[in-house]
Amino acid sequence: MSVKVMIPTPLRPYAGKQDSVQLQAATVGEALSALTTQFSELKKHLFSDDGRLRSFVNVYVNDEDIRYLQKDKTPVREGDVVSIVPSIAGGR
Amino acid sequence: MATKIGVPVAPQTSKTAVSLSKEEVLRYSRHLIMPEVGMEGQLKLKQAKVLCIGTGGLGAPLGLYLAAAGVGRIGLVDFDVVDFTNLQRQVLFGTTDVGRPKIEAAADHLRNLNPEIQIDTFETRLTSENALELFNDYDIIVDGTDNFPTRYLVNDACVLLGKPNVYGSIFRFEGQITIFGAPGGPCYRCLYPEPPPPGLVPSCAEGGVLGVLPGIVGTIQAAETLKLIIGKGDPLIGRLLLFDALGMKFRELKLRRNPECPVCGDHPTVTKLIDYQEFCGIRGEEAPAAPTTVPEITPRELKARLDRGDDLYILDVREPHEYQICNIGGHLIPLGELSRRVHELDSSREIVAHCRSGKRSAEASEFLRKAGFRKIWNLKGGILAWSDEVDPNVPKY
Repeated sequence: MSVKVMIPTPLRPYAGKQDSVQLQAATVGEALSALTTQFSELKKHLFSDDGRLRSFVNVYVNDEDIRYLQKDKTPVREGDVVSIVPSIAGGR
Repeated sequence: MATKIGVPVAPQTSKTAVSLSKEEVLRYSRHLIMPEVGMEGQLKLKQAKVLCIGTGGLGAPLGLYLAAAGVGRIGLVDFDVVDFTNLQRQVLFGTTDVGRPKIEAAADHLRNLNPEIQIDTFETRLTSENALELFNDYDIIVDGTDNFPTRYLVNDACVLLGKPNVYGSIFRFEGQITIFGAPGGPCYRCLYPEPPPPGLVPSCAEGGVLGVLPGIVGTIQAAETLKLIIGKGDPLIGRLLLFDALGMKFRELKLRRNPECPVCGDHPTVTKLIDYQEFCGIRGEEAPAAPTTVPEITPRELKARLDRGDDLYILDVREPHEYQICNIGGHLIPLGELSRRVHELDSSREIVAHCRSGKRSAEASEFLRKAGFRKIWNLKGGILAWSDEVDPNVPKY
């Protein structure tokens, strides 16, 4: 399935400055894996050493948090948008 | 079937009848003639008590619009002083305010905008010791802060006290807005159980920010606050609004309360405020010091060595647009490209790495040291210190 992965601003420097990447994947896990294969520097920002998604990063398929779907096994369909949403704190 | 999330009830009408003076009726006429607000809504605004944490980028539009709308009591919390670099986006302040405590400048401006309302000022740092007492008197808390420890503190205090937290945050040209702590709704920890390690997400000073961005996000926070007070419209409870100023796009994601959330879940384990600096991995007041395994060289020492004719390779790890602002003739390899371009460096030469303030170059130096470079120095204080100590013609930014 061809899905669009949205890259949040803080991570764009590690993804060739792109704001989104088109990838082939059947699940969210596959999409993130394909992403970090293409952009290896992203890996340490998204995943901890034990391979788990870092807890200050949330992943959505369209507008649903994958934690409430099937996590990284959440299937993705053609045209779905996978969003990576890290916490940001700036206010001034 | 989704659980119905209750909208926080607007404050009860007090026993002494509240009304509007003739001047107030005229001042708020554009509200009064709208059925969505009307006299009923305006009286709710008059009786509302909102605490604004931070009077900077987000706090400026927030304070302005809440005061303009006639929120009867506005508390302002800020311990900071107006800085020249604030003026690019903190529109509550003028050039003549530079050096004044923000809280004073903010209160003066807001009182001039609307003398009918009460402005409370708290020139203090928000801490675990004072947050609960400070929040107690207010109905709604609005988070306009700029760091993770305070955001977690504000969140936890709001959940413990049962008060909604109108949250907004920004980074460069992106913003997030939502309402945490509403009955049945999620809190900040439901979304982000843990903060990023210190230094991973830059602050506005390090990452920069489009001046209008906090203006837009703060105004949206004001809009949500007003909606909560008058009880109209659909508040951003359970909804995370993402805003991209460059693409000029709004997106929305669903947020849920996490039943296992340590603060607002079914079995909370956090029942009092904690040490948030420690929670965010920061020891003491400052962010962790740059790794000190790489030797440092001060700008004066570097200048002395260059004047002597020493063969030093100056490595500048900033971004191209920074190089255009000012540079000391270094070879530019931005930090993000260093691992890919390390072959461009000659490890037999002495290399002095620098950036703007010394933090990125410390990271670069540490990386090079681990990659086997034995003659690597980090310029202490970066190009800012060079400007201070060696060449004042180099502009600071």
